[in-house]
Parts: sequence; structure tokens; C-alpha cells
Amino acid sequence: MLTGFKLRKRDEPWKWGALVIFLGALLISLLISAFLLEGQGKSAIDGLFILWDGSFGHVWALEGALLKAVPIFLCSLGVAISFRMQIWNIGAEGQFALGAIGATWMALSFPHLHWTLLMPLMFIMAFLLGGLWAGIPAALKLKLKVNEIISTLMLNYIAILLLDYLVFGIWKDPSSYGFPMTPKFSENARILGMFGSSVHWGVALCVAVGAAFWAFMRYTRLGYELKASGQGPRVAKYAGMPYGFLVMFVMCMSGGLAGWAGCVEVAGTTGRLEPSLMVGYGYTAIVVAWLARLEPLNIAFASFLLAALRVGVENLQLELQIPAAFGEIMEGMILLSVLAGQFFLTYKLERRKLSD
Amino acid sequence: MKQFTRFFIAALACTAMLMSLFACGEAPKKADEKAEKNAAEKKEDAKKFKAGFVYVSPVGDAGYSYAHDMGRQAVQDLGWVETSFVESVAEGADSERVIRNMARKGFDVIFTTSFGYMDPTLKVAEEFPNVKFMHCSGFKKSANMDNYFGRMYQARYLTGLVAGAMTKSNIIGYVAAFPIPEVIRGINAFTLGVREANPKAEVRVVWTKTWYDPALEKDAAISLLDVGADIIAQHQDSPGPQEAAQERGVYSIGYNSDMASFAPKAHLTAAIWNWGSLYVETVKEVRDGTWKGDQAIWWGMDKGIVDLAPYGDMVPEDVRKMVDAKKAEIKSGKDIVFAGPIKNQKGEVAIPEGQSASDEQLLGMTWFVEGVVGTTE
Repeated sequence: MLTGFKLRKRDEPWKWGALVIFLGALLISLLISAFLLEGQGKSAIDGLFILWDGSFGHVWALEGALLKAVPIFLCSLGVAISFRMQIWNIGAEGQFALGAIGATWMALSFPHLHWTLLMPLMFIMAFLLGGLWAGIPAALKLKLKVNEIISTLMLNYIAILLLDYLVFGIWKDPSSYGFPMTPKFSENARILGMFGSSVHWGVALCVAVGAAFWAFMRYTRLGYELKASGQGPRVAKYAGMPYGFLVMFVMCMSGGLAGWAGCVEVAGTTGRLEPSLMVGYGYTAIVVAWLARLEPLNIAFASFLLAALRVGVENLQLELQIPAAFGEIMEGMILLSVLAGQFFLTYKLERRKLSD
Repeated sequence: MKQFTRFFIAALACTAMLMSLFACGEAPKKADEKAEKNAAEKKEDAKKFKAGFVYVSPVGDAGYSYAHDMGRQAVQDLGWVETSFVESVAEGADSERVIRNMARKGFDVIFTTSFGYMDPTLKVAEEFPNVKFMHCSGFKKSANMDNYFGRMYQARYLTGLVAGAMTKSNIIGYVAAFPIPEVIRGINAFTLGVREANPKAEVRVVWTKTWYDPALEKDAAISLLDVGADIIAQHQDSPGPQEAAQERGVYSIGYNSDMASFAPKAHLTAAIWNWGSLYVETVKEVRDGTWKGDQAIWWGMDKGIVDLAPYGDMVPEDVRKMVDAKKAEIKSGKDIVFAGPIKNQKGEVAIPEGQSASDEQLLGMTWFVEGVVGTTE
């Protein structure tokens, strides 16, 4: 097939390559999805339009996607900071749970505190618990050389069980007929909509955190050291950088951000702690981080697009009665083709010269 | 050469962009035309009545959502109702968006079929006072929102009678999802049936902490089989436990729908939902304007919302007769399941003789009856 071409490593980076690859991959995935729709006897043109309509076609659709993107973005930014240093934090899910637990703890303990005091308290506790939860694998890695991939993953299960224990046990709402959920938070513990819309202040928080992350990586010495240590512990130590401190620092930051995601979810959307809070944002975050190649602005776009896709697929389901699995297939195809497309950032196809 | 390659790639990219732009421009136009056509059609037949359903799991699982979807199909078969559903909707924030989307699209009545949809349903109900909402298995209600459920414990009790009569090892395994009143009530009713048919038998409970996880449910069933259970019952949404029983050559009791096709050699019977009876009645009421809000609907076997699946061939005639007699009694409207005296696990009398558990007690049930081995945690 490709006898007329050969693969060659690029001499210089392909300037708009990432964008072209992304759009191309999106196009290919949508085309395949269209064929799949036709295969189920549904009109592909209608399907794609309904998908668009459900994701971007209305203000409320955009608002829905924006709100859904918030926890994904915060978790993803968290894992990105650790991935930058080649520390593989797979535990955003558990750190998210701990953050939600921390925020709930404060909200239930001080329901009458004015929100200007209660809200910071909730965020501090969420950051602390999430950060501590991520600090455990960091300490294990530094002291006992335990692989952080395993320990962060395992701690996810423990965190979810801890959450279950609390909502099935001591924090259970006595008026809930035995159903597992905490009492509703007081109004002081709720994150409200911005300027009367349904989009809450968590979105503004994301913008601030994203900007801070970017500035930190670009302008501070610590940020530079993180990137440098990503080349390996020995390089870092040779250059006189405090590798142990850096590992601890990125893990705690990473966990703290996931903890904030948990805090925003309980205070902004559900208004109480319940098991259904855990829908896998922590794992989605890892995919998003890679998709966005660990850049904060890209992470924002990728979180939003993924959230919009998921929201749009709900519309597709409702209008065309296609199975929910179709949405997962679409999502999988987009992710796979974008990631596979990265290959062309380093290599390119070149026509063979006659002399070859 | 290199320059040419670059130019070539750039041209290719531009063409692709242009094509995609063209496609994007074209698609909405066509869809707009279609929408106009749809609108015109809609005007013609004076707005069709629409009923929406929100499910927590996929409908193809033979379990809980499948049973609700059979109900939806019964509504669809009326001919004058257009039905639509969204499946695998996570409880919490996602469900609120899905329910609101339905309300916005002019559905007349929306059934939200999982406990975790309660608060979201209530919230959307406040925003759309003209849409009727039916929430399954919760306890909140409002001017345009009812909650509804069926007295599944009646069918559970009957399956318990079958299990009690059929066990030889006197150990019956029960794979259960979450320790909430609905599930505990079912285990208790089942155990009361088991002990009535066989006072020596005990029911061992394993919690999976999931509604739907075929592999985990199967593993839980295997762990019960390993401690000597010779019948497996379940409060789960997949047929995993049924398959585990069949593989070991023992019996099983299904739930949600007739699961005989998954384990024909094991399946004694099943406690099944028949939501169609309630759903058909509800859409008729909404259409006729007789629907009332602020209701807590809890139908029993007498209204046909719960039932027993056909017996497997291995259930002997005398057992069938005994169970059928009790079934007839319940169907006539007598709720005999939680009639005292009933003892708790410690042997203390929880419901004295001459009394029966009130609906309030049943809805908040967090203790096990005597004969259950396991904890409610």
C-alpha cells in the first residue's frame, strides 16, 4: 500500500500539527460514528445534528457541559502536575472522594457559620485531606520505594469504602429512611450560581487555578525544578534539587486539586455526600491529561469537549433511542484516534525518491 | 522536495477543513428542514402525548431497568403515547440534567426509576410545574410529583416458601446489593417464607455494594455456594448469581424478570416486576386530567405490579399447591407477610402477635428477622 512512502522522523516540530491531528481525528471518529448510526438504521445526519444540538446548540447545553467539565478539569490539572514530574498519580478518584469527605465534614460540623468563613474552611479541609491522601503514596515511594502507580490505585478503593462507611454509618441522614446519604447542607455551605445563572462559582475557581498553574510552571523556580526532575531522580539530585521534597510537593498539590473537585461537587451540585458522587471523574482525568499533553489550557478545552460530548450523547439517546454504550464507543474512538495521531507529531510520511 | 511535501500537506489540510465546513453548513440546513417538517407533522396530529423514562442501568440486562422498560413498552403499545428513554444515567448531577432535558422537550409525564433520582426529580419538578413526575422507590413528593413502588416483599415471601421447601442443606444464599430498607425488607420477607416452609433453614446474606456488576455478583454467589448453600437468591440486577448456581448444579431464585433462560436447570422461580400495570394507569390518568400529585403509591400483588415467574419443572406439585394457596390469599388483598409474632436476629419479639408491620415500619426497616445470618451493615 504505502510502497511509495516512507516514515521519517521530523527534524523540527510540526507547528500546527497538534491542532490538525486533533481535528482530523475528530473528523474520522465522527465519520465512523455516522456509519455506526446508519448501521443501526438511524439517520447519521440527524444523529450528528442532534449530538451537536445537545452539546452546543443551546445555552443550557453549554451550561450543562461547563458544569460537568469542572470536576474533570480540576482532577486533570492535579494529575497533570504530577505527570509533569513523571510521578504517576492514578489516585485522583480517591483524592476526589477524600476532598468531598473533608468538605462534608466541615459543612456538617458548622452548618450555621457564615459562608465567608465556612466556604474557606471547606476548601481548606478538602485540600488538606486530598493532599494527605496523595501524600501517603509519596511517602511510601520515598521511604520504601513502593511504586506509586499501585499504591495510588489501591488507595482509591480504600477512599471509596471510607466514603461508603460514612454515608451508610455515622453521617447517615436520620430522616432518609435508612438510605445512604448525609443530611442536606445548609445554604451557607452551598456554592451558588454566578450572576443568577445555573453555572456556579466552581467555574471561576477553575479559571483561577488554571492560570495559577500556568504561571507557577512558567515563572517560578519550583516549577522549573519540577519539569527538570521529570527527566529522572538522578538528574535532579545531580543538579542539587531536593527530589524528595519535590515528589511530596507534587503529590500533595495533585491530591489537593482533586480534593477541590470533590468539594465543588458536593457543595455545588449535589448539596450532600452520597455514594453516587463517585462516577469516575478521577479516571477520566487521566485520559484528559494525556489528551491535552499536560498543558493547562489544553486540559480546559479537553475537559470541556469531553463533558460536552457526554452531555450531547444523552440528547442523542433521548431523541434516537440508541443504546448508552454508543456514547462510550464514540468517546473511545475519539480518544484512541487522537492519541494514535500523536505519532505524526514525531514522524511524517514522505514520498520515496526514485533513487531509493 | 521537502517544500512540496509541506505544500501538499497544507493543501490536504485546507481541503479537509473546507469539506468539514461544508458538511457542517449542510447538516444543520437539512436538519432544519427536517425539524420544520416534524413541526408541521406535529401540528397535524395535535401534539402526541409523550412519556419519558430514566433508567440507572442498561435495559438489556434482564434486571431492574429491563423490567421498567417492559413497562414502558406496555405504555407504548397503547398506541396514543410516544415513549422515550435514556439508560445508564448516573444518579446525582447527571440525572438532573437528563430529567430537565426531558421536561424541556415537552414530555407530559416523566418516570425516574432509581432512588438516587429523588432530589433531582424534585428540583426539576419545581421548575416545570406543568409536567407530571413519577419517582420510583423514594419518599419525597410535591404538587406535581408522586413517588411509587411495589410491594415486592410479597413476591419475595412466596419465593422464600419455594426455597424453604426445596433446600436440602438448609442453607440458602442471598446475594444482596446495599443494606437499605428496600433490600432488607426483601431479605426479611424471603426469610419469613423460608422459615415458614422449613423452620430449620437459614438465609446467609452477602453484600456486594453494587446494583449491577455481573462478575462481582457471580463471585458473591460462589462464596455462598462454598459455605454450603444449595439455593441462591438475589437482590441484584444481573443474572450472574443464577449462572453460578447452574454451574454448581444447585437451584436459584431470580429477581426483576423471569431469568429462566439464563439458568434453565437452576431457576426455581423469580420475584418479578410488572410495572406496566402502574404505568398504563398513570398515563391514562395524566391524559384524562385525573392524575393527582403529592401521592405515595405503593401497590401490592393484588394490583399485579409484582408477581411470581412460572415455576421450573423441578418444583414438585405439592410445593406449587402450597405456594399458590398463599399467593391467592395475598392476591385477594390480605397482606400476611409481616404478620406477628416476628422475632429479630437476637430472638426478641419485634412485631408482637396480633399486629402487622405498618408501612412506616416497612419503609424504614433496618433490622433482620430471625433466621438471617449476616449484618445490616
